Amino acid sequence: MATPQAREEALLTVRKVTLRFGGLTSLSEVDLSLYRGEIRSVIGPNGAGKTSLFNCLTGVYTPQEGTIEFITADGTPTQLVSGPPRRRRSRKPHVVNRAGIARTFQNIRLFAALSAFENVKIAAETRQRTGPIGAMLRLPHARANERRSDARTRELLDFVGLRQVADELASSLPYGVQRRLEIARALATDPALLLLDEPAAGTNPTEKRQLEGLIRRINTDLGVTVLLIEHDMKLVMSVADRVTVLNFGRVIAEGRPEEVQRDPVVVEAYLGSTEEKP
Amino acid sequence: MTVGELPLAVRRPRRIDPRWLRLGGWLVLGALLCVMTSTEEGTPSDHWLVVRTALGSTKLIGWLLAGAIVWALLEVWRARGLGTVVSGRTAGVRGRWHEITGGRRAHWLFLGIAAVAAIVIPQFLSEFYQRVLVDQVAVFVLLAVGLNVVVGWAGLLDLGYVAFFAIGAYTAGYFTRALPVKPPFHLNPFVILPVAVVVCLVAGLLLGAPTLRLRGDYLAIVTLGFHEIVQLFLVNKNNWTGGNQGAFGIPHFSINIFGIHYQWTLASLPYWYLFIAMLAVLVFLFDRLEHSKVGRSWTAIREDEVAAAANGVPTVKYKLMAFAIGASTSGLSGVLYASRIGYINPASFPVVLSITVLSYVIFGGMGSLVGVIVGAALLTFLPAVFQEQNIVRQEDIPMWIGAILVVMMIFRSQGLIPSRRRRRELGLAAQGVSDADAMSETPEGRA
Repeated sequence: MATPQAREEALLTVRKVTLRFGGLTSLSEVDLSLYRGEIRSVIGPNGAGKTSLFNCLTGVYTPQEGTIEFITADGTPTQLVSGPPRRRRSRKPHVVNRAGIARTFQNIRLFAALSAFENVKIAAETRQRTGPIGAMLRLPHARANERRSDARTRELLDFVGLRQVADELASSLPYGVQRRLEIARALATDPALLLLDEPAAGTNPTEKRQLEGLIRRINTDLGVTVLLIEHDMKLVMSVADRVTVLNFGRVIAEGRPEEVQRDPVVVEAYLGSTEEKP
Repeated sequence: MTVGELPLAVRRPRRIDPRWLRLGGWLVLGALLCVMTSTEEGTPSDHWLVVRTALGSTKLIGWLLAGAIVWALLEVWRARGLGTVVSGRTAGVRGRWHEITGGRRAHWLFLGIAAVAAIVIPQFLSEFYQRVLVDQVAVFVLLAVGLNVVVGWAGLLDLGYVAFFAIGAYTAGYFTRALPVKPPFHLNPFVILPVAVVVCLVAGLLLGAPTLRLRGDYLAIVTLGFHEIVQLFLVNKNNWTGGNQGAFGIPHFSINIFGIHYQWTLASLPYWYLFIAMLAVLVFLFDRLEHSKVGRSWTAIREDEVAAAANGVPTVKYKLMAFAIGASTSGLSGVLYASRIGYINPASFPVVLSITVLSYVIFGGMGSLVGVIVGAALLTFLPAVFQEQNIVRQEDIPMWIGAILVVMMIFRSQGLIPSRRRRRELGLAAQGVSDADAMSETPEGRA
């Protein structure tokens, strides 16, 4: 298990984030500090606000209150939500991605009619500066960029073990493979932080084991911090350094997996107030 | 116990054998064709004259008989399972055909043949067809190639596309001093080409920047409105645009450089070669664009805008880029058109023309360069053939073109020569996996 660095350095700091949809409060004063290099898992019953939290982090939703601060690769802190009350704006999703946060989706959202290779390549070249004129005239820098993104794509497909299906259509791949492809696509944008939204959902036990190994390798080999939403407790307990528990949009517990597992408040949330079992 | 004995059960209507339903369909089609081919003409006092005389004539029997024969043949075909037999027999041939045509060398061979055909064949055509080639085919093929970038690649529904064509044409009118408002200098149409490209690029950016956050049908309405605005401006701003009269005497293209002198005239062939050269350049550039980062980003946006943005694709920027590239292509053809025809007025750029070009793109196969070129060429050349050869009555030509479109969309909705990506998307959409186009979404996309 990758241990957090001795000097714990915050990569992402969420302070008192509140998100409402009309009268419904989806997130309520959520605090979350993510340290560089850790694997953090966010768990909680259905509807606890886990995916809403992801959407706030990636600029899909703008929370009404609270701040989100992310340390970009060059070490400067960046506010992901800014502006006066009522006119607050999140950074646009593609800006958040460029800042170094990549994500996967709960319901897989690959580019279905493109090949696995093309899916990853699109993400690999978003930071390149090739414009339409360079592309039309195939200028030297455009060609060099193409070569670079091809190489990077092959590298990442190897990393997730999908080299042999590179030319297959994304939609024709089995579910578990699509999950891994989505992770490869997210990694292609060179993130410092990877948000995984239920990557084990709908996968079989073998794929779960592979996934566990993959998440560890992403963390250790690529040095990417991972924030993981997952319902599969076995996976969470084995892979996460720390766990944050959400219920009804509030953080009700945080700590090492085995601590959280014993926490009466968490047991209550899972067994008492909902029908869900861990 | 039968259904009738159950007091509460709803009795199901007796099912008619689908074969008879199909026969009925073919007979109705026969009768319809009988009416459509009738040469009778209705009068304001008697709208049904055509229908009555057509259905009362002995020709009807022939049409019905033809319908019944087609039905019988198809039923035999279906009953014997001949479709599978034929596809089984031809599988080898088709496989080899795909092998041959799919290769890189075949690609260049086809291009070569098409280029030679485009250069040589018009020489042997009559003056009438040469004129059609330039005034209809070439203009609309250029327009379709540009609209394909917007609709086919970026998936933006643009109904105001011809407005940029008008802007290009009026730019030509302005810089050749054909408009009431005079520029400080006079330009050769060749020099106006890049100027018009820039003007339309800017116009596209101006329209696109505030509106491209919208999607699908919402964007379509905005672009439609833009076309109306441009049109009304051209009509009403008399002292600038010449109002309904438009502009006259826009000079032809001419070269006068490095001792080479050439003047395009009313003759069609030289203009045809000019158009073809422009088209060749555009196809060359756009083909590369499609298979580059830009083309892939457009595909990503078209398929799933949220996923594209989450992976770092600046969606608004790329949509704007597609819009501007389409607009400048439209402007380019506007200059060529204005210079060829020599006069322009607002009536040359009706809103329906935007929709016509869109239908050419869809007919040919959205997203496929070859498809839209063939589609636009066919749909503009066919009416001329109908007219010249007197195959159908002059006034009926739009009806037949409309019928071709309807039949095409029912039986081959992906278009004549669809792009590979687009065909997959339509296939997936049919299975409910994803969206095929931008027309089924909320104004700003889904989260």
